[in-house]
Amino acid sequence: MNDSTLRIVWIYPDLLSTYGDRGNMLILAHRAAARGIPVETYEVRSDMQMPTTADIYLIGGGEDGPQALAAQRLIADGGLNRAVAQGASVLAICAGYQLFGHSFFAKGTKCGGLGLLDITSDRGETRAVGELRGDIDPRLGLPPLTGFENHGGRTHLGAHAAPLARVTGGIGNDGQTEGAWYGKIIGTYSHGPALARNPALADLLLRWSTGADRLAPLDDTWAERLRGERLTAGLPA
Amino acid sequence: MPLRAIVATTASKTAAALSRAAGRGDGSVIGGWIGLKIDPDLLAHLASGRAVALVSGTNGKTTTTRLTAAAVGVLGRVATNSYGANMPTGHTSALAKEGHTPFAVLETDEHYLPQVIEATRPKVVALLNLSRDQLDRAKEVAMMAQLWKTALAGHPEIRVVANADDPLVVWAAAASPQTTWFSAGQRWQDDSSVCPESGHPIERAGGDWWCVGCPLRRPTPQWVVEEDGVIDPRGDWHLVKLQLPGKVNLGNAATALAVAGEFGVRPIEALPRLSRVTSIAGRYAQVDRDGRNIRLLLAKNPASWLEAFDMADQAPTLLSINARDPDGLDTSWLWDVDFSPLRDRPVLITGDRAYDLAVRLQVNQVPFQHVHTFDEALAQVPPGRLEVIANYTAFQDIRAVLDRVN
Ligand SMILES: [Zn+2]
Repeated sequence: MNDSTLRIVWIYPDLLSTYGDRGNMLILAHRAAARGIPVETYEVRSDMQMPTTADIYLIGGGEDGPQALAAQRLIADGGLNRAVAQGASVLAICAGYQLFGHSFFAKGTKCGGLGLLDITSDRGETRAVGELRGDIDPRLGLPPLTGFENHGGRTHLGAHAAPLARVTGGIGNDGQTEGAWYGKIIGTYSHGPALARNPALADLLLRWSTGADRLAPLDDTWAERLRGERLTAGLPA
Repeated sequence: MPLRAIVATTASKTAAALSRAAGRGDGSVIGGWIGLKIDPDLLAHLASGRAVALVSGTNGKTTTTRLTAAAVGVLGRVATNSYGANMPTGHTSALAKEGHTPFAVLETDEHYLPQVIEATRPKVVALLNLSRDQLDRAKEVAMMAQLWKTALAGHPEIRVVANADDPLVVWAAAASPQTTWFSAGQRWQDDSSVCPESGHPIERAGGDWWCVGCPLRRPTPQWVVEEDGVIDPRGDWHLVKLQLPGKVNLGNAATALAVAGEFGVRPIEALPRLSRVTSIAGRYAQVDRDGRNIRLLLAKNPASWLEAFDMADQAPTLLSINARDPDGLDTSWLWDVDFSPLRDRPVLITGDRAYDLAVRLQVNQVPFQHVHTFDEALAQVPPGRLEVIANYTAFQDIRAVLDRVN
C-alpha cells in the first residue's frame, strides 16, 4: 500500500462483468475492512483512464466483443501494465484471464493480449460448464480451489507461468491444469465471485498488497460450510 | 383443419386429461408433446383463424400474459397458457384444450419466440425486457436480442409492443415498422450498458438513455406508467387498481393495456378485469397457516429479486435458493443482488444452496438465521406476515409444502 488506504480497482465493469464478478470486489473490501484496513474501491469504465497506483486490480468475464475491445483499450491506455510493473496484485477471471496472456480468440479472430501472463488461449471443442476443483500450487500455501466454470476457451501455459492448480474436477485450462500465476497476478477460469468459495485466495491478495505476513483470522464458518459442500458435490458418497 | 391435425388434437387433449388424472401436474406439456408427435404442424393448424398475441421477455411474462388475457377477454373468449408452459408443447396444449376461440394470448419462452412466430403468425408480439438469466444454459443476452431482431425483420406485418426503457429490446424491436412503445420503468440496467448496435457506452439521465456513438436512443413511449396509473396514447391517465403487489405489476398492467389496445380494447373496458386478477400460478398467493399469513414471491434472476424486495412488506422474510436444472446450476448471480434492503427485518434462509446465500448475506451485512425446512422457518417467526422469496424450484418446493393438508 502506498499510504494507509488499500485501493481496489475493478477494471471495465461496463465491458467485462458477467454474473457476480462484482462479488470479488465486495469480498476483498469486506475482508480488508474486517481487519481494520481502510479500503477504497473504484469502478473504472472503459472510457476512463486506468489509474496506475491502486493496490489490487480485478478483471472479470464477458462476451467476445467486449473482451476484444477491453484488450485494445487496456493496451492503448498502458496504465495497467505500469501498475503491474510497480507491484500491484491482480485477480483475472475467464475472459479477463485470457486477455492477460499473449493472445486469445474472440469471434473467430486471434486478438493480442496484454502479455502480462505467459499464456495463450484458443477455443476448445466443447464448452466447459460445471463445478471446478483443483489442488493449488503448494508454493502459494492455499487449500484446494473450488469454483464454477463456464467457458469455451482453452489456455496453454508457457515457461514463465505456473498453473494455479492441478485439476481434480472439471476442465480449467485443459482438463489437467487450471488458471495461472506469475508474480502477484492470479488468473482463473473459476467464474464470477471466485473469492466467495476461496477466502484464503482473497487473503493472499490482501497479504500481497499490504505486505503483511499474516492477517487476523475471520469467522469463515459459512464460507467453510460452502466449501465443504461444493468440494464434495456430485462425488460418490 | 386437416384430418391429421384433428387426430392430433384429440390425442393431445386425451393425454393431458390422463396426465392430470394421474396427478402429474396439469398435463399441458405431455399433451402438447403427443399432439406435436402426431402432427408437427399442429400448433400452426390450431393457431390459424385466431388473433394471437405472444408475450416474451426475461421477466414478467407469466403475469403480463395473465393480465393481457384478462384485458383481451373484453372482446371474446381467449385461449392462454396460464400455467407458464411457455414452449410450443405448452402452446399446442393450451389451444387444443380451449377449442376454437377468436383470441389467444401466449406466454412465449424468449428462445422459442422466432419458432412460435412462424407457427402462430401472431397479430401482436409484446417484448418486455432482456436480462441475464441462467448464463450456464441460456444464450448470451445480446445474442437473444439478435435472435428477436432477425425474427421480427422477417415479419413486418406484426404489431410489436415493446419496452422503451430497455436498450436491447428497443434495438431488437426497431427492426419492425409497426412498433408501439411502452415505459414501465426498468430497475435492472446492468445488461444494457453497452450499445448492441455500435459497442459504445449507453448513457442514462433521469428516465432517458442514448448511445454515445450511434443513433440508438430511447423512443418516445405511447403508454407510460405514472404514479399509480397509466397514461394512454391519447394522453388520458387511468388509475390502475390491482390486487397484485408492487410497481413491477403496475408496469405489467400497462403492458397488458398496450397489447389489448392493439386489438381495439380501451383501458376503461379492460381495467375492471385487471383488478380481479389475484394470484398467478401461486405467485403473490397468500396462505394462512398456524397464525402466520404467508405470502409467496417468486424471484428467479437479479432483476426480479430487486422487484421482489420492492413488493415485500417490512416483515420477517424467508429466502430460499436452489440451483437445480430449471434454476440454472450457477449461483453467481447472488452477488449481483444487493440484499441490503432486508437489513431492517428478520431474515431466514433455506434451500439447497443456502450456504451460497449465507456467504453473500454475511458480506452484505444482512443478519440471518439458517433453517433446514419450511416448518422450522414457520416456528421461528411470530404470528403475522411472513414474506417468502424463492427462486423457481425452491418456490415449487414451498408451494408443495403449503398444499399438503395438515
Ligand atoms: Zn450505438
